[in-house]
Amino acid sequence: MTFSPQLEARFEKLLKSYPPGRQRSAMIPMLMYAQDEIGSVTDELITEVAARTGTTPLQVNEVMSYYSMLHRKPLGKFHVQVCTNISCLLHDGDKLYEHACKKLGIGHKEVTADGQISIEEVECMGACSWAPAIQVNYDFHHHVTPAKLDEILDRLKKKPV
Amino acid sequence: MLFNEPSPLETKVLTRRFGLPNSASIDTYLAHEGYQAFLKASKMTPDEIIGEVKTSNLRGRGGAGFPTGMKWSFVPRTSPKPKYIVVNGDESEPGTCKDRVLIENDPHQLIEGVLIAGLSVDAHAGYVYIRGEYRYIIEVMEKAIDEAYAKGWLGKNIQGTGFDFDLYVHTGAGAYECGEESALLESLEGKRGVPRIRPPFPAVVGAFQCPTILNNVETYCAVPAIIRDGGAAFAALGIPKSGGTKMTCLTGHVNRPGVYELKIGFPVKQMIEEVGGGIRNGRKLKAFIPGGSSCPVLTAEEVEGATMDYDSMASRKTMLGSGGVIIIDDQTCMVKAALRIMRFYSHESCGWCIPCREGTTWLKKILTRFHEGGGTRNDIVLIGDIAKNMLGRTFCPLGDAAAMPTLSIVEKFRHEFEDHLNGKPCPYEHSGTMVTV
Amino acid sequence: MADLVNLTIDGRAVQVPPQTLVIDAAKTVGIEIPAFCYYEGLSLAAACRMCLVEVEKMPKMMTACTLPVSEGMVVRTETEQVKQARKYTLEFLLTNHPLDCPVCDKGGECELQDMVFRYGAGESRYTEEKVHTPEKQFSPVVFFDAPRCILCFRCVRTCNEGMGVGALGVINRGVVSEIGPNHGDHLECDECGACIDICPVGALTSGIDRYQTRPWEMTHVGTICTHCGDGCKTTLGTRNDRILRGNNRDRSGINGEFLCVKGRYAFDFYDHPERLQAPMVRINGKLEEVSWSKALETVAQKFKDTVASNGSFGVIGSNHTSNEENFYLQKFARQVLKTNNVDHQRTGDVVTLLDSLSGKTSKLGTVADLYQSKAVLVLGADLALEHPLLSYQVRANYRHHQAKVYVVTEKPVREDNYAAAKVRGRDYASLAGKLKAESELVILFDDSYKGADLRQLVEFAESLAIPVKFICLLDYANSRGAVDMGLTPELLPGYTPSGATGLHIDEMLAATLDVLWVVGANPLKGQKKAGFLVVQDLFLTETAQQADVVLPAASAYEKSGTVTNTTGEVQRLTQAVSTMGAKTDLEIMGFLAREMGAAPLLGPWVAETVFAEIRKTVHAYDVPLPVLATGGAAQTLPVNGRIPVDTRLDLVQSDHNGLFASGTLGRYSKVLNSVLENRLSR
Ligand SMILES: Cc1cc2nc3c(=O)[nH]c(=O)nc-3n(C[C@H](O)[C@H](O)[C@H](O)COP(=O)(O)O)c2cc1C
Ligand code: SF4
Ligand code: FES
Repeated sequence: MTFSPQLEARFEKLLKSYPPGRQRSAMIPMLMYAQDEIGSVTDELITEVAARTGTTPLQVNEVMSYYSMLHRKPLGKFHVQVCTNISCLLHDGDKLYEHACKKLGIGHKEVTADGQISIEEVECMGACSWAPAIQVNYDFHHHVTPAKLDEILDRLKKKPV
Repeated sequence: MLFNEPSPLETKVLTRRFGLPNSASIDTYLAHEGYQAFLKASKMTPDEIIGEVKTSNLRGRGGAGFPTGMKWSFVPRTSPKPKYIVVNGDESEPGTCKDRVLIENDPHQLIEGVLIAGLSVDAHAGYVYIRGEYRYIIEVMEKAIDEAYAKGWLGKNIQGTGFDFDLYVHTGAGAYECGEESALLESLEGKRGVPRIRPPFPAVVGAFQCPTILNNVETYCAVPAIIRDGGAAFAALGIPKSGGTKMTCLTGHVNRPGVYELKIGFPVKQMIEEVGGGIRNGRKLKAFIPGGSSCPVLTAEEVEGATMDYDSMASRKTMLGSGGVIIIDDQTCMVKAALRIMRFYSHESCGWCIPCREGTTWLKKILTRFHEGGGTRNDIVLIGDIAKNMLGRTFCPLGDAAAMPTLSIVEKFRHEFEDHLNGKPCPYEHSGTMVTV
Repeated sequence: MADLVNLTIDGRAVQVPPQTLVIDAAKTVGIEIPAFCYYEGLSLAAACRMCLVEVEKMPKMMTACTLPVSEGMVVRTETEQVKQARKYTLEFLLTNHPLDCPVCDKGGECELQDMVFRYGAGESRYTEEKVHTPEKQFSPVVFFDAPRCILCFRCVRTCNEGMGVGALGVINRGVVSEIGPNHGDHLECDECGACIDICPVGALTSGIDRYQTRPWEMTHVGTICTHCGDGCKTTLGTRNDRILRGNNRDRSGINGEFLCVKGRYAFDFYDHPERLQAPMVRINGKLEEVSWSKALETVAQKFKDTVASNGSFGVIGSNHTSNEENFYLQKFARQVLKTNNVDHQRTGDVVTLLDSLSGKTSKLGTVADLYQSKAVLVLGADLALEHPLLSYQVRANYRHHQAKVYVVTEKPVREDNYAAAKVRGRDYASLAGKLKAESELVILFDDSYKGADLRQLVEFAESLAIPVKFICLLDYANSRGAVDMGLTPELLPGYTPSGATGLHIDEMLAATLDVLWVVGANPLKGQKKAGFLVVQDLFLTETAQQADVVLPAASAYEKSGTVTNTTGEVQRLTQAVSTMGAKTDLEIMGFLAREMGAAPLLGPWVAETVFAEIRKTVHAYDVPLPVLATGGAAQTLPVNGRIPVDTRLDLVQSDHNGLFASGTLGRYSKVLNSVLENRLSR
């Protein structure tokens, strides 16, 4: 499998970050960064990561299926994650999530027809003091109101990657 | 970057450099006493360092509050195996967002704390485990590490002290359970985040089967101040047996939610009223969660006279926890709160042990039905019973974390459950509180 | 004893070695602490929480499965709190369990059923919807029903740790966690079925016996697997004279609960539709079914005539038939047919090994030694594929005792994964330094080490100056018994030189003999055979197709007797089912002898009687009968002196059967074929 030179460089650094014989440690970071580049954890990626970390594809699959940020199916170019956990809920995070679903016409972990936006109701993401919060890919947005959300979504709909 | 205004009531020890221009850069750090504590520690013996940390009465800031100095002293320093320093930056306890702020604004403080921990047990490598959602924090940390290497504060023979130390960042990938120390170590080793059987504890068998110090970000961040100003000075900030300040995340229905550094023992009422600016929209306090969603909730009456410290909270049968304060006003449905909290634990249960895996899911299902109006009087008893049957019986404390808030909510807010009985729609559902900042 | 730990469990004093787990300590005084996930020999899981007990001075209940004993510890396993915890842990388990016990294969021997019966609640308070997922077929052998799974992880651990295969894992997390196979939706593994047997509930079931029977309807017969030379004990579940299931869950025998795909499932050849059920005689060039008396009479007459006319005989015996049969066959050949032309297919050079160890004691390794020895050296063989039990033992030794394993093979093998050192090729001498540092060693070698090479190996081993034991790897269930019992022209039973040398197997096949008598072997593949050919077999093999008379024989599961495995351990066969039309080879030979009037010379054709004679005449076969009768194994040393004969090393030839092959027999096993077909179709 071929990756971008930047990703290859990261992999190389990762594999050197752990004690000798412990390359397996690089598995989760490798999956995360590769997923960012490829869009999802494909069968091919699983085999590749297994080969590079000295594990079996089953071991990679066991690990990837455990972690909620790793996913087999491609998500939208912009993955909108709305926190509805307690601190956000107290600021109507649940209503914000419903609002987003309605606006986009999709539900939990679904992708818009054009593949541009996907949505996910997520657990606490560490923005509790600035609730309600959402994340678009890795970018945080704090104190999100329905109006602010509309603005963000409208921008994303048109935005090239 | 700061997402909220600081409060004049704060005691700025860990946050002393917050707000300085380029506070995250090594130059700013060095210009403001940065790495001086490390140099001081490099001339101390390991026993002296650990002694100072013991004197400071620093207790672990990850939630369990274990005395840090004592933890460090458990590491078999003379073991021929390499030793590791692991930083718990998984920060996933609902209500908690302080480690993020600490790294974002002052990553070198963390590096320095880690270096001092390394000196104390003869460790020469460390890992900062940061939750996957905090990608930009990972980038801040990586940049700080690069700077530290470039300026000789990491790597071989640091500043001529003869001490070598390598530090790496490791990303999580979405799993609350990986904040639990032994699950974190599994995750660090490229495995599912399933906790380990303990004993042995990480101090003896930790990362890569080697002796390991594992602490929360905030715990390490307190160490430079302790070494620099002395353990006694840090201890004096707090109360007997518990020193220093606590990063406190005010969340929920207060006017000025935010992360504030408050002395251990800070009065809860003052915190809500003066630091947080009181309950929003002039409403009244209904419930109070002191340190993340796994703590039992307190009622408004129980909060009277309470202070933000381990003992005061223990005497109220709850915990100081991680510093994630959740403030709930009188228009909130506690059944809904219990349900949302349980949905979280059910989602995050690793699935390894029966009571946690099945109990959280069962409770989630009952609470969902209950909140929708399909509950019976028996369910109220059952909810408490299920939680009790999980308590103390699960493989790791996640089961307790799920059971404790639930138990406290059914016990203390039983009338709200009763109000949901017999097909009644949720009588507390409020609307229109959306913030419009 | 000073080094024992004293503790109290339920008021009873218990003394056990340090490090013993409370759950095991309790067992020593007959206290059973319930457990699902704890499984002796596997890594600890502490996942099921059934074993929680109260321990004085400990604030919370503790898992007895992970808690080592300590001096003065006071444990209580039956308090109200403990009982309450068990009951409600079971309630948790049942929330998502389907309770389809009436149609579950495991019903009746399900650990969950038993636990709920003993400790559980009568009623469940669970009224929510259960998680449901459809059943999956992982392989021809393995089926998985996720909702029944209680996630004890025994299957995953036995596959990873016990088998060293790692074909099962845990997918997803939380309540949707599931056991998953190594290839997405299907398994590619040894198909050993260990995961199925070890599953406490009906989550994993076998394609062989699912929905065939309720467990309690079966009779369980312990006997020896008839495939490879390792000699696993297998417990056959039979009903209405049919074998439905194989396993060894009672952990009896040299293999404990280990069985490979052949031992557990490949008994199925016994009722293959092509199984011979009536004798056949060639009439007008065609084999036609005849009565037993007609067939026996035809053969006996031919034998008598040939003896009378001083004609020539060739006798080829089997690697699968019992010691008694082999002994009787060579005696028949030598004393009645007056020929030394007796042979069988040799699969390893036992003769040279025993000769070069002459006069020494404690030089032959047993299956148990492989689990206990501090070090093991594997030469040549792909142990995991060709000798699954031996490989299992070595692996378990490594896991439990950190044994050092050295591997010298041409190709990569599974043992590489944990080998202390591996060498590709044959240069075992390069390991001398490391081996000398060991305190003891067991050496296993295959058919590529024979004659001078083997003598050199023995010398090398001697030069290490540490105690060394040897295991000569042999192919089939009774390969060793065939040599021990004198099924060679040059040697009588017990490795006594026969004096007059007869024809070897290849010479017999090449020569024009008046009569060739083949008992349980298939040496003629392709070539035509002149002379009168008598074949005793289960199937119409290539050899049987050319026969003048075919006598249908019983399989190992249909007879009694003894067999000797590759490590020289004798074990007893127990008849599990009766035969349809066939007879045991011993019986066939006995009837022929009677027909020829030679019965008084050969003695009764009763396995026990023949074995009594073997015990008297073959060195070290006078093994204690109670050991055999109770399903044990007894090691033999059939000679302990020089063997002054030349053996034909060129005849030593292993078939190197892998996991899914078993000589001719393997071709008649549905399960082995379906596994192979399944592989090909992927
Ligand atoms: C389910 C669970 C989740 C936890 N999550 C975190 C976390 O996100 N961050 C953290 O520092 N500690 C967390 N902890 C506590 C750690 O196990 C551990 O006690 C702590 O990291 C030790 O550091 P300290 O002594 O500095 O607090 C968690 C514990 C449990 C049981
Ligand atoms: S399939 Fe059986 S053995 Fe495997 S985890 Fe489930 S219940 Fe346990
Ligand atoms: S046997 Fe102890 S937890 Fe399962």
